Amino acid sequence: MFGNFDWDVIRRSLPYLFRDGMTFTVTLTVLAMSGGLMLGTILAMMRLSSVAILSRLAGAYVNLMRSVPLLLVIFWFYFLVPYIGGYLFHQLYLLNPNGIGKVLVDAFGYQVEAGRPIQVGAFASSLITFTIFEAAYYCEIMRAGIQSISRGQMYAGYALGLNYWQTMGRIVLPQAFRNMIPVLLTQTIILFQDTSLVYVLSITDFLGAASKIAQRDGRLVEMYLFAAFVYFVISFSGSLLVKRLQVKLAVIR
Amino acid sequence: MPMIDIDHVSKFYGDFQVLDDCTTTVDKGEVVVVCGPSGSGKSTLIKTVNALEPIQKGDIRVDGVHVNDPKTKLPKLRARVGMVFQHFELFPHLTVRQNLSLAQVKVLGRRQKEADDRGIRYLERVGLAEHKDKFPGQLSGGQQQRVAIARALSMDPVCMLFDEPTSALDPEMINEVLDVMVQLAKDGMTMMVVTHEMGFANKVANRVIFMDSGRIVEDASKADFFGKPRSERAQQFLAKILHH
Repeated sequence: MFGNFDWDVIRRSLPYLFRDGMTFTVTLTVLAMSGGLMLGTILAMMRLSSVAILSRLAGAYVNLMRSVPLLLVIFWFYFLVPYIGGYLFHQLYLLNPNGIGKVLVDAFGYQVEAGRPIQVGAFASSLITFTIFEAAYYCEIMRAGIQSISRGQMYAGYALGLNYWQTMGRIVLPQAFRNMIPVLLTQTIILFQDTSLVYVLSITDFLGAASKIAQRDGRLVEMYLFAAFVYFVISFSGSLLVKRLQVKLAVIR
Repeated sequence: MPMIDIDHVSKFYGDFQVLDDCTTTVDKGEVVVVCGPSGSGKSTLIKTVNALEPIQKGDIRVDGVHVNDPKTKLPKLRARVGMVFQHFELFPHLTVRQNLSLAQVKVLGRRQKEADDRGIRYLERVGLAEHKDKFPGQLSGGQQQRVAIARALSMDPVCMLFDEPTSALDPEMINEVLDVMVQLAKDGMTMMVVTHEMGFANKVANRVIFMDSGRIVEDASKADFFGKPRSERAQQFLAKILHH
Protein backbone atom coordinates (compact mmCIF):
# COMPACT_ATOMS: atom_id res chain seq x y z
CA MET A 1 0.00 0.00 0.00
CA PHE A 2 2.99 2.28 0.38
CA GLY A 3 3.83 1.81 -3.29
CA ASN A 4 2.36 5.09 -4.39
CA PHE A 5 4.14 7.15 -1.80
CA ASP A 6 7.11 9.31 -2.64
CA TRP A 7 9.31 9.31 0.45
CA ASP A 8 11.98 11.23 -1.38
CA VAL A 9 9.95 14.40 -0.97
CA ILE A 10 11.05 14.42 2.66
CA ARG A 11 14.73 14.25 1.77
CA ARG A 12 14.34 16.99 -0.79
CA SER A 13 12.54 19.33 1.60
CA LEU A 14 14.75 18.67 4.63
CA PRO A 15 16.77 21.92 4.36
CA TYR A 16 13.60 24.00 4.12
CA LEU A 17 11.82 22.09 6.87
CA PHE A 18 14.61 22.46 9.35
CA ARG A 19 16.38 25.66 8.36
CA ASP A 20 13.17 27.67 8.07
CA GLY A 21 10.54 25.70 9.95
CA MET A 22 12.32 24.13 12.90
CA THR A 23 14.43 27.22 13.52
CA PHE A 24 11.28 29.25 13.92
CA THR A 25 9.60 26.67 16.15
CA VAL A 26 12.62 26.40 18.43
CA THR A 27 13.14 30.17 18.57
CA LEU A 28 9.51 30.73 19.46
CA THR A 29 9.59 27.97 22.09
CA VAL A 30 12.76 29.24 23.76
CA LEU A 31 11.75 32.91 23.74
CA ALA A 32 8.20 32.21 24.91
CA MET A 33 9.56 29.96 27.64
CA SER A 34 11.98 32.63 28.91
CA GLY A 35 9.36 35.35 28.80
CA GLY A 36 6.69 33.09 30.26
CA LEU A 37 8.98 32.00 33.10
CA MET A 38 9.83 35.57 34.04
CA LEU A 39 6.25 36.81 33.85
CA GLY A 40 5.03 33.62 35.51
CA THR A 41 7.44 34.02 38.43
CA ILE A 42 6.29 37.60 38.97
CA LEU A 43 2.66 36.47 38.76
CA ALA A 44 3.33 33.69 41.28
CA MET A 45 4.88 36.15 43.70
CA MET A 46 1.87 38.42 43.23
CA ARG A 47 -0.53 35.53 43.85
CA LEU A 48 1.24 34.69 47.09
CA SER A 49 1.50 38.34 48.14
CA SER A 50 -0.28 39.48 51.26
CA VAL A 51 -1.45 42.56 49.35
CA ALA A 52 -4.99 41.52 48.43
CA ILE A 53 -5.25 43.50 45.21
CA LEU A 54 -2.05 42.01 43.80
CA SER A 55 -3.04 38.44 44.52
CA ARG A 56 -6.56 39.02 43.11
CA LEU A 57 -5.22 40.58 39.94
CA ALA A 58 -2.80 37.72 39.36
CA GLY A 59 -5.50 35.19 40.22
CA ALA A 60 -7.94 36.71 37.75
CA TYR A 61 -5.27 36.74 35.05
CA VAL A 62 -4.39 33.10 35.56
CA ASN A 63 -8.01 32.00 35.66
CA LEU A 64 -8.81 33.90 32.49
CA MET A 65 -5.87 32.51 30.55
CA ARG A 66 -6.50 28.97 31.67
CA SER A 67 -10.17 29.11 30.73
CA VAL A 68 -9.72 30.30 27.15
CA PRO A 69 -8.57 28.06 24.27
CA LEU A 70 -5.06 28.92 23.14
CA LEU A 71 -6.20 29.15 19.53
CA LEU A 72 -8.64 31.89 20.46
CA VAL A 73 -5.98 33.87 22.28
CA ILE A 74 -3.73 33.62 19.24
CA PHE A 75 -6.51 34.92 17.01
CA TRP A 76 -7.60 37.69 19.32
CA PHE A 77 -4.11 38.87 19.79
CA TYR A 78 -3.27 38.88 16.14
CA PHE A 79 -6.33 40.94 15.25
CA LEU A 80 -6.66 43.12 18.35
CA VAL A 81 -3.16 44.10 19.31
CA PRO A 82 -2.55 46.31 16.26
CA TYR A 83 -5.64 48.34 17.15
CA ILE A 84 -4.91 48.49 20.88
CA GLY A 85 -1.34 49.45 20.08
CA GLY A 86 -2.49 52.08 17.63
CA TYR A 87 -4.88 53.52 20.18
CA LEU A 88 -2.19 53.61 22.87
CA PHE A 89 0.34 55.18 20.52
CA HIS A 90 -2.15 57.86 19.59
CA GLN A 91 -3.08 58.56 23.20
CA LEU A 92 0.58 58.83 24.11
CA TYR A 93 1.09 61.17 21.20
CA LEU A 94 -1.78 63.39 22.34
CA LEU A 95 -0.46 63.37 25.86
CA ASN A 96 2.81 65.01 24.90
CA PRO A 97 3.11 65.72 21.15
CA ASN A 98 6.56 67.26 21.42
CA GLY A 99 8.21 64.86 23.83
CA ILE A 100 7.24 61.22 23.72
CA GLY A 101 4.92 61.90 20.77
CA LYS A 102 7.82 63.07 18.65
CA VAL A 103 9.84 60.00 19.59
CA LEU A 104 6.94 57.81 18.52
CA VAL A 105 6.46 59.58 15.22
CA ASP A 106 10.16 59.40 14.49
CA ALA A 107 10.19 55.70 15.24
CA PHE A 108 6.90 54.62 13.70
CA GLY A 109 6.00 57.41 11.30
CA TYR A 110 2.54 57.41 9.84
CA GLN A 111 1.29 54.77 12.29
CA VAL A 112 0.81 57.34 15.00
CA GLU A 113 -2.60 58.58 13.90
CA ALA A 114 -6.11 58.31 15.28
CA GLY A 115 -7.69 54.96 14.44
CA ARG A 116 -4.72 53.59 12.51
CA PRO A 117 -3.51 50.16 13.63
CA ILE A 118 0.18 49.58 14.17
CA GLN A 119 2.05 46.78 12.46
CA VAL A 120 2.97 44.08 14.91
CA GLY A 121 3.93 41.25 12.64
CA ALA A 122 3.08 37.61 12.93
CA PHE A 123 6.21 36.64 14.84
CA ALA A 124 5.97 39.36 17.48
CA SER A 125 2.27 38.71 17.84
CA SER A 126 2.70 34.97 18.33
CA LEU A 127 5.61 35.49 20.71
CA ILE A 128 3.57 37.85 22.90
CA THR A 129 0.61 35.49 22.80
CA PHE A 130 2.58 32.43 23.86
CA THR A 131 4.44 34.38 26.52
CA ILE A 132 1.32 35.69 28.24
CA PHE A 133 -0.51 32.39 27.80
CA GLU A 134 2.30 30.20 29.11
CA ALA A 135 2.94 32.66 31.94
CA ALA A 136 -0.37 31.59 33.47
CA TYR A 137 0.73 27.95 33.54
CA TYR A 138 4.28 28.70 34.69
CA CYS A 139 2.73 30.87 37.40
CA GLU A 140 0.80 27.95 38.83
CA ILE A 141 3.89 25.74 38.72
CA MET A 142 6.03 28.38 40.39
CA ARG A 143 3.36 29.01 42.99
CA ALA A 144 3.42 25.36 43.96
CA GLY A 145 7.22 25.52 43.95
CA ILE A 146 7.37 28.55 46.22
CA GLN A 147 4.78 27.05 48.55
CA SER A 148 6.80 23.84 48.80
CA ILE A 149 9.58 25.82 50.51
CA SER A 150 8.83 25.92 54.22
CA ARG A 151 7.87 29.20 55.85
CA GLY A 152 10.87 28.75 58.11
CA GLN A 153 13.27 29.44 55.23
CA MET A 154 11.63 32.81 54.73
CA TYR A 155 11.85 33.46 58.49
CA ALA A 156 15.52 32.50 58.50
CA GLY A 157 16.25 34.95 55.71
CA TYR A 158 14.36 37.73 57.44
CA ALA A 159 15.97 36.95 60.80
CA LEU A 160 19.40 37.46 59.23
CA GLY A 161 18.32 40.92 58.04
CA LEU A 162 17.68 40.07 54.40
CA ASN A 163 14.74 41.94 52.89
CA TYR A 164 11.85 40.43 50.92
CA TRP A 165 13.59 40.57 47.52
CA GLN A 166 16.88 39.21 48.83
CA THR A 167 15.11 36.40 50.66
CA MET A 168 13.06 35.54 47.59
CA GLY A 169 15.91 35.88 45.13
CA ARG A 170 18.65 34.16 47.13
CA ILE A 171 16.82 31.61 49.22
CA VAL A 172 13.27 30.78 48.18
CA LEU A 173 13.30 31.03 44.38
CA PRO A 174 16.53 29.06 43.77
CA GLN A 175 15.10 26.18 45.81
CA ALA A 176 11.66 26.50 44.23
CA PHE A 177 13.17 26.46 40.74
CA ARG A 178 15.23 23.40 41.52
CA ASN A 179 12.20 21.54 42.83
CA MET A 180 10.15 22.60 39.86
CA ILE A 181 12.62 21.95 37.01
CA PRO A 182 10.98 18.67 35.90
CA VAL A 183 7.49 20.16 35.80
CA LEU A 184 8.71 23.34 34.13
CA LEU A 185 10.45 21.31 31.42
CA THR A 186 7.38 19.16 30.89
CA GLN A 187 5.33 22.32 30.43
CA THR A 188 7.94 23.53 27.95
CA ILE A 189 7.61 20.33 25.93
CA ILE A 190 3.87 21.00 25.76
CA LEU A 191 4.67 24.55 24.65
CA PHE A 192 6.94 23.15 21.93
CA GLN A 193 4.00 21.18 20.54
CA ASP A 194 1.54 24.03 21.00
CA THR A 195 3.62 26.42 18.92
CA SER A 196 2.40 24.50 15.88
CA LEU A 197 -0.89 26.37 16.35
CA VAL A 198 0.69 29.43 14.76
CA TYR A 199 -0.26 27.85 11.44
CA VAL A 200 -3.51 29.80 11.76
CA LEU A 201 -1.46 32.95 11.23
CA SER A 202 0.12 31.39 8.11
CA ILE A 203 3.51 31.39 9.79
CA THR A 204 6.12 28.96 8.54
CA ASP A 205 6.93 27.03 11.66
CA PHE A 206 7.96 23.38 11.34
CA LEU A 207 4.41 22.11 10.82
CA GLY A 208 3.64 25.09 8.59
CA ALA A 209 6.65 24.31 6.40
CA ALA A 210 5.69 20.64 6.18
CA SER A 211 2.15 21.60 5.32
CA LYS A 212 3.25 23.96 2.56
CA ILE A 213 5.40 21.30 0.91
CA ALA A 214 2.64 18.76 1.36
CA GLN A 215 0.15 20.91 -0.47
CA ARG A 216 2.55 22.09 -3.17
CA ASP A 217 3.62 18.56 -4.07
CA GLY A 218 0.39 16.81 -3.17
CA ARG A 219 2.26 14.62 -0.66
CA LEU A 220 0.02 15.10 2.41
CA VAL A 221 0.41 11.66 3.97
CA GLU A 222 4.20 11.57 3.68
CA MET A 223 4.78 15.05 5.02
CA TYR A 224 2.29 14.87 7.90
CA LEU A 225 3.63 11.46 8.90
CA PHE A 226 7.14 12.83 8.89
CA ALA A 227 6.12 15.94 10.85
CA ALA A 228 4.42 13.77 13.47
CA PHE A 229 7.52 11.59 13.66
CA VAL A 230 9.80 14.57 14.26
CA TYR A 231 7.54 16.06 16.95
CA PHE A 232 7.35 12.65 18.58
CA VAL A 233 11.10 12.09 18.61
CA ILE A 234 11.88 15.52 20.04
CA SER A 235 9.10 15.55 22.64
CA PHE A 236 9.67 11.96 23.71
CA SER A 237 13.42 12.35 24.13
CA GLY A 238 12.64 15.54 26.02
CA SER A 239 10.44 13.65 28.49
CA LEU A 240 13.04 10.91 28.86
CA LEU A 241 15.59 13.57 29.72
CA VAL A 242 13.23 15.09 32.26
CA LYS A 243 12.73 11.69 33.85
CA ARG A 244 16.47 11.16 34.23
CA LEU A 245 16.87 14.65 35.63
CA GLN A 246 14.14 13.92 38.16
CA VAL A 247 16.03 10.92 39.50
CA LYS A 248 19.22 12.97 39.71
CA LEU A 249 17.55 15.87 41.51
CA ALA A 250 15.89 13.49 43.94
CA VAL A 251 19.33 12.15 44.91
CA ILE A 252 20.72 15.63 45.51
CA ARG A 253 17.78 16.51 47.72
CA MET B 1 18.31 50.08 79.97
CA PRO B 2 17.43 46.44 79.29
CA MET B 3 18.59 44.83 76.05
CA ILE B 4 15.15 43.39 75.32
CA ASP B 5 12.14 45.15 76.78
CA ILE B 6 8.76 43.49 76.23
CA ASP B 7 6.05 45.81 77.45
CA HIS B 8 2.38 44.76 77.79
CA VAL B 9 2.39 42.81 74.52
CA SER B 10 -0.76 41.19 73.16
CA LYS B 11 -1.20 39.33 69.90
CA PHE B 12 -4.28 37.92 68.18
CA TYR B 13 -4.92 35.55 65.30
CA GLY B 14 -8.37 36.84 64.40
CA ASP B 15 -10.39 36.30 67.55
CA PHE B 16 -7.88 33.94 69.10
CA GLN B 17 -5.53 35.57 71.55
CA VAL B 18 -2.04 34.07 71.40
CA LEU B 19 -0.26 36.50 73.71
CA ASP B 20 -2.00 38.19 76.61
CA ASP B 21 -0.39 41.25 78.15
CA CYS B 22 3.15 39.88 78.34
CA THR B 23 5.73 42.01 80.11
CA THR B 24 9.33 41.10 80.80
CA THR B 25 12.87 42.27 80.20
CA VAL B 26 16.23 40.74 79.38
CA ASP B 27 19.24 42.71 80.59
CA LYS B 28 22.56 42.87 78.83
CA GLY B 29 24.52 39.70 79.48
CA GLU B 30 21.52 37.98 80.99
CA VAL B 31 20.30 34.51 80.02
CA VAL B 32 16.54 34.08 80.26
CA VAL B 33 14.88 30.73 79.67
CA VAL B 34 11.25 30.66 78.55
CA CYS B 35 9.36 27.44 79.20
CA GLY B 36 5.81 26.21 79.36
CA PRO B 37 3.47 23.65 77.83
CA SER B 38 3.13 23.51 74.05
CA GLY B 39 0.69 26.06 72.70
CA SER B 40 1.42 28.43 75.55
CA GLY B 41 2.77 31.10 73.20
CA LYS B 42 6.46 30.93 74.08
CA SER B 43 7.65 30.48 70.49
CA THR B 44 5.33 33.26 69.37
CA LEU B 45 6.65 35.54 72.08
CA ILE B 46 10.26 35.06 71.06
CA LYS B 47 9.41 35.64 67.39
CA THR B 48 7.84 38.98 68.24
CA VAL B 49 11.19 40.22 69.50
CA ASN B 50 12.61 40.49 65.97
CA ALA B 51 9.17 41.16 64.44
CA LEU B 52 8.88 37.82 62.64
CA GLU B 53 5.46 37.85 64.31
CA PRO B 54 3.71 41.24 64.42
CA ILE B 55 1.93 42.31 67.58
CA GLN B 56 -1.36 44.16 67.97
CA LYS B 57 -0.85 45.76 71.37
CA GLY B 58 2.07 46.85 73.48
CA ASP B 59 5.65 47.77 72.73
CA ILE B 60 8.92 45.91 72.27
CA ARG B 61 12.33 47.54 72.37
CA VAL B 62 15.59 45.88 71.45
CA ASP B 63 18.67 47.83 72.47
CA GLY B 64 16.48 50.94 72.61
CA VAL B 65 14.96 50.47 69.13
CA HIS B 66 11.18 50.23 68.92
CA VAL B 67 10.50 47.00 67.02
CA ASN B 68 6.94 47.84 66.02
CA ASP B 69 7.50 51.42 64.98
CA PRO B 70 6.70 51.55 61.24
CA LYS B 71 9.74 53.81 60.82
CA THR B 72 12.12 51.17 62.17
CA LYS B 73 14.24 49.56 59.47
CA LEU B 74 13.50 45.94 60.27
CA PRO B 75 16.33 44.34 58.25
CA LYS B 76 18.84 46.51 60.10
CA LEU B 77 17.34 45.60 63.46
CA ARG B 78 17.08 41.90 62.66
CA ALA B 79 20.69 41.79 61.53
CA ARG B 80 21.66 42.70 65.11
CA VAL B 81 19.46 40.03 66.67
CA GLY B 82 20.66 36.48 66.13
CA MET B 83 18.02 33.78 65.88
CA VAL B 84 18.26 30.01 66.02
CA PHE B 85 15.26 27.95 64.94
CA GLN B 86 13.85 24.61 66.01
CA HIS B 87 14.33 23.15 62.52
CA PHE B 88 17.73 24.81 61.92
CA GLU B 89 16.58 26.49 58.69
CA LEU B 90 19.98 26.36 57.05
CA PHE B 91 19.73 27.10 53.34
CA PRO B 92 19.97 23.64 51.76
CA HIS B 93 21.09 24.85 48.34
CA LEU B 94 24.12 26.68 49.74
CA THR B 95 27.29 25.27 51.28
CA VAL B 96 28.02 25.82 54.95
CA ARG B 97 30.46 28.59 54.04
CA GLN B 98 27.87 30.32 51.83
CA ASN B 99 25.24 29.93 54.54
CA LEU B 100 27.52 31.82 56.89
CA SER B 101 28.59 34.58 54.52
CA LEU B 102 25.42 35.39 52.55
CA ALA B 103 23.83 37.83 55.01
CA GLN B 104 27.20 39.28 56.06
CA VAL B 105 27.78 40.32 52.46
CA LYS B 106 24.21 41.29 51.55
CA VAL B 107 23.17 42.98 54.77
CA LEU B 108 26.34 44.19 56.47
CA GLY B 109 28.14 44.94 53.22
CA ARG B 110 31.25 42.96 54.14
CA ARG B 111 33.59 41.73 51.44
CA GLN B 112 33.23 38.08 50.51
CA LYS B 113 36.73 37.27 51.81
CA GLU B 114 36.15 39.04 55.11
CA ALA B 115 32.76 37.34 55.51
CA ASP B 116 34.26 33.93 54.77
CA ASP B 117 37.08 34.44 57.27
CA ARG B 118 34.71 35.51 59.98
CA GLY B 119 32.32 32.68 59.19
CA ILE B 120 35.09 30.14 59.47
CA ARG B 121 36.23 31.62 62.77
CA TYR B 122 32.79 30.98 64.25
CA LEU B 123 32.67 27.60 62.58
CA GLU B 124 35.86 26.76 64.47
CA ARG B 125 34.21 27.92 67.67
CA VAL B 126 31.42 25.39 67.21
CA GLY B 127 33.99 22.79 66.16
CA LEU B 128 32.93 22.33 62.53
CA ALA B 129 35.58 24.15 60.50
CA GLU B 130 36.39 21.06 58.44
CA HIS B 131 32.80 20.90 57.17
CA LYS B 132 32.83 24.33 55.55
CA ASP B 133 32.40 23.09 51.99
CA LYS B 134 29.65 20.59 52.71
CA PHE B 135 25.96 21.13 52.12
CA PRO B 136 23.65 21.18 55.14
CA GLY B 137 22.02 17.92 54.05
CA GLN B 138 25.36 16.15 54.53
CA LEU B 139 25.53 17.08 58.22
CA SER B 140 23.81 15.54 61.24
CA GLY B 141 21.04 17.47 63.00
CA GLY B 142 23.34 18.50 65.84
CA GLN B 143 25.98 19.71 63.40
CA GLN B 144 23.38 21.64 61.41
CA GLN B 145 22.16 23.40 64.53
CA ARG B 146 25.73 24.33 65.48
CA VAL B 147 26.22 25.76 61.99
CA ALA B 148 22.98 27.71 62.47
CA ILE B 149 24.36 29.14 65.71
CA ALA B 150 27.61 30.07 63.96
CA ARG B 151 25.60 31.69 61.17
CA ALA B 152 23.75 33.87 63.66
CA LEU B 153 26.96 34.73 65.53
CA SER B 154 28.85 35.78 62.42
CA MET B 155 26.48 38.76 62.12
CA ASP B 156 27.90 40.06 65.45
CA PRO B 157 24.49 40.18 67.15
CA VAL B 158 23.85 42.16 70.33
CA CYS B 159 21.59 39.37 71.59
CA MET B 160 20.52 35.88 70.58
CA LEU B 161 17.09 34.29 70.42
CA PHE B 162 16.78 30.50 70.56
CA ASP B 163 13.45 28.94 69.59
CA GLU B 164 13.48 25.39 70.95
CA PRO B 165 16.95 24.75 69.52
CA THR B 166 17.13 21.12 70.65
CA SER B 167 13.53 19.93 70.22
CA ALA B 168 14.08 18.52 66.73
CA LEU B 169 17.31 16.71 67.63
CA ASP B 170 17.98 13.08 68.37
CA PRO B 171 18.75 12.71 72.09
CA GLU B 172 22.44 11.93 71.54
CA MET B 173 22.93 15.20 69.69
CA ILE B 174 21.29 17.51 72.20
CA ASN B 175 24.37 17.95 74.34
CA GLU B 176 26.71 19.07 71.58
CA VAL B 177 24.31 21.95 70.89
CA LEU B 178 23.74 22.74 74.55
CA ASP B 179 27.51 22.81 75.14
CA VAL B 180 27.87 25.52 72.51
CA MET B 181 25.03 27.47 74.10
CA VAL B 182 26.49 27.15 77.59
CA GLN B 183 29.83 28.42 76.32
CA LEU B 184 28.06 31.33 74.65
CA ALA B 185 26.29 32.21 77.89
CA LYS B 186 29.57 32.07 79.79
CA ASP B 187 31.09 34.45 77.25
CA GLY B 188 28.47 36.99 78.29
CA MET B 189 26.03 36.83 75.35
CA THR B 190 22.54 38.14 76.04
CA MET B 191 20.23 35.21 75.40
CA MET B 192 16.52 34.50 75.36
CA VAL B 193 15.98 30.78 75.08
CA VAL B 194 12.74 28.86 74.59
CA THR B 195 13.52 25.33 75.73
CA HIS B 196 12.42 22.38 77.78
CA GLU B 197 15.99 21.58 78.76
CA MET B 198 15.76 22.29 82.48
CA GLY B 199 19.33 21.13 82.94
CA PHE B 200 20.46 23.96 80.69
CA ALA B 201 18.23 26.40 82.56
CA ASN B 202 19.64 25.24 85.86
CA LYS B 203 23.21 25.60 84.65
CA VAL B 204 23.27 29.01 82.98
CA ALA B 205 19.94 30.81 83.22
CA ASN B 206 19.68 33.95 85.32
CA ARG B 207 15.92 33.94 85.15
CA VAL B 208 13.17 31.58 84.09
CA ILE B 209 9.88 32.65 82.56
CA PHE B 210 6.96 30.25 82.65
CA MET B 211 4.12 30.76 80.20
CA ASP B 212 0.65 29.28 80.01
CA SER B 213 -2.13 30.06 77.49
CA GLY B 214 -0.47 33.22 76.26
CA ARG B 215 0.29 34.69 79.64
CA ILE B 216 3.54 35.02 81.54
CA VAL B 217 2.56 33.16 84.68
CA GLU B 218 5.90 33.19 86.43
CA ASP B 219 8.97 35.37 85.95
CA ALA B 220 11.47 34.42 88.61
CA SER B 221 15.14 34.03 89.31
CA LYS B 222 16.45 30.55 88.65
CA ALA B 223 16.71 29.73 92.32
CA ASP B 224 13.16 30.84 93.03
CA PHE B 225 11.73 29.04 90.02
CA PHE B 226 13.31 25.68 90.74
CA GLY B 227 13.04 26.11 94.49
CA LYS B 228 9.52 27.28 95.07
CA PRO B 229 7.49 28.31 92.03
CA ARG B 230 4.61 30.48 93.16
CA SER B 231 1.94 29.44 90.68
CA GLU B 232 0.31 26.05 90.85
CA ARG B 233 0.52 25.67 87.08
CA ALA B 234 4.30 26.05 87.14
CA GLN B 235 4.56 23.56 90.00
CA GLN B 236 2.60 20.98 88.01
CA PHE B 237 4.69 21.61 84.91
CA LEU B 238 7.96 21.23 86.81
CA ALA B 239 6.76 18.11 88.53
CA LYS B 240 5.90 16.58 85.18
CA ILE B 241 9.11 17.29 83.35
CA LEU B 242 11.53 16.71 86.21
CA HIS B 243 10.10 13.36 87.37
CA HIS B 244 11.00 11.04 84.54
